[in-house]
Amino acid sequence: MKKKNSIAHYPYIVWSIIFIVVPLFLVLYFSLTNSDGVLTLENYQKLFKPNYMNVFLNSMKLAAISTILCLILGYPLAYVLSKMDTKVRNFLMLLLIIPMWMNFLLRTYAWMSIIGRNGIVNTILKAIGIPAMNILYTDTAVILGMVYNFLPFMIIPIYTVLIKIDTNVIKAAADLGANKFIIFKRIIFPLSIPGVMSGITMVFMPAVSTFVISKLLGGGQFMLIGNLIELQFTTVGDWYFGSAISILMMIIILVSMAVLSRYEDKDEKEGGGFLW
Amino acid sequence: MVGKWTKRIYLTIAYIFLYAPIIFLIVFSFNSGRNSSSWDGFSLKWYSSLFDNQRILKALYYTVIVAVISSVISTVLGTLSALGIDKMSGWRKKAILNINYLPVLNPDIVTAISLMNLFVFFRLTFGFKTLIIAHVVFSTPYVIVSVLPKLRQMPDDLVKAAQDLGATPFYTFRKVILPQIMPGIFAGFLISFTMSIDDFVISFFNTGSGVTNLSIEIYSMARRGVSPEINALSTLMFISIFILLFLANGRDLIKIDRKRGKIND
Repeated sequence: MKKKNSIAHYPYIVWSIIFIVVPLFLVLYFSLTNSDGVLTLENYQKLFKPNYMNVFLNSMKLAAISTILCLILGYPLAYVLSKMDTKVRNFLMLLLIIPMWMNFLLRTYAWMSIIGRNGIVNTILKAIGIPAMNILYTDTAVILGMVYNFLPFMIIPIYTVLIKIDTNVIKAAADLGANKFIIFKRIIFPLSIPGVMSGITMVFMPAVSTFVISKLLGGGQFMLIGNLIELQFTTVGDWYFGSAISILMMIIILVSMAVLSRYEDKDEKEGGGFLW
Repeated sequence: MVGKWTKRIYLTIAYIFLYAPIIFLIVFSFNSGRNSSSWDGFSLKWYSSLFDNQRILKALYYTVIVAVISSVISTVLGTLSALGIDKMSGWRKKAILNINYLPVLNPDIVTAISLMNLFVFFRLTFGFKTLIIAHVVFSTPYVIVSVLPKLRQMPDDLVKAAQDLGATPFYTFRKVILPQIMPGIFAGFLISFTMSIDDFVISFFNTGSGVTNLSIEIYSMARRGVSPEINALSTLMFISIFILLFLANGRDLIKIDRKRGKIND
């Protein structure tokens, strides 16, 4: 195969223009029109109404809380795992990943039964004499669902970075008199920042755009950005407004990715080509 | 820093948390009662009623068919494109790689509704065809991303040597390039297959006329009310995943999972 005679990419150029670029422009086009086909900014103005702004803020808040919880729970776990023998930790990582291969909806659905009014948690609580809790269909349930589903996305990148740290660096620090706490603070943690950043990205992005977790665990009335979009396209039928929300969500996601990816590990960018 | 036992207890709690829903589903799939708050004795009746449930069986059939067709198409399209993209240079290459990354970076719901808009714009009927197209759209980028590094790692001299020895371009491709990039192609195929099996959001918006997959079926069942047949179904799915994962090499799967990354929602 000489450099010049490769035409193998043409089909994909055509394909990606039709199915990636054009659809996104259609979303943009719909977001700038109304049902009469007139160009307008009213869909975007609508976004700034207080009740829609609340949906945005609520989504950001829940996604942020879940991301922080995943980091607090996931970092120590990744750290403990990374310090184990290779065989043991490989096995434990496999165990960590297996639940993720189970259908995402099934796992979320299981939590509905576990924390429901007559669920197993409440049955146990009643048996030991503690009043039952009503977590299902609250913020707590949605956060639980997000943390449960996305925790491995936090652990895996941090773990991957931690096991790559050169043990000689740690030994050198110890030789120079650093105690375990200082080694962690000055060496291990700074070196693990790329993993933390990619973990944050991988948890925050799906959390902020989900509509399934909030629909199943948050109940029908629960509104996140995802639910708002889904509602416009399935029930309300206001595609124009739905498109405007999608464009805004896409901008939020791509901008935060751009910011976070500056801190990520360069090796992970195989295949190249981020947007910046 | 922390005691050995603290670590062990922490690990144990974390793994219990991760497996709690799965163990719950498995245990209650054998429950004879309909209610999942009390144990009414062992029974296999939900398994037998699962196999009488035409809706679930149909959804299972579509899930598998769509996954096979779409992942084969994505693998061929993605591999060919990667071969082409590898030869490109400059801004064209950058541009196509960035476009390729859009479905990966964008939230699923944005990709889903953008395709929905497209199908409506071109007045296509939602159903099997739109479902396949949608799955190919979101999985092809992953095939490209897993094949490209293999192409880059391949020494240029290999191809030159083959051609010096008189191999035709097609023969070179079949005997030299293909074996070198095979692991990447295979990984790409696996990613697109599993993503297609698991997908909910994109399928939800881009299907119609009675074509559903398991995720959509579970979603509507979960909202209508708890059905123990789902428990039976998840037990069977979990067992097959467990067997598959242990047959495959676990370590490779970690890599694939990192790429699956954001997809799970």
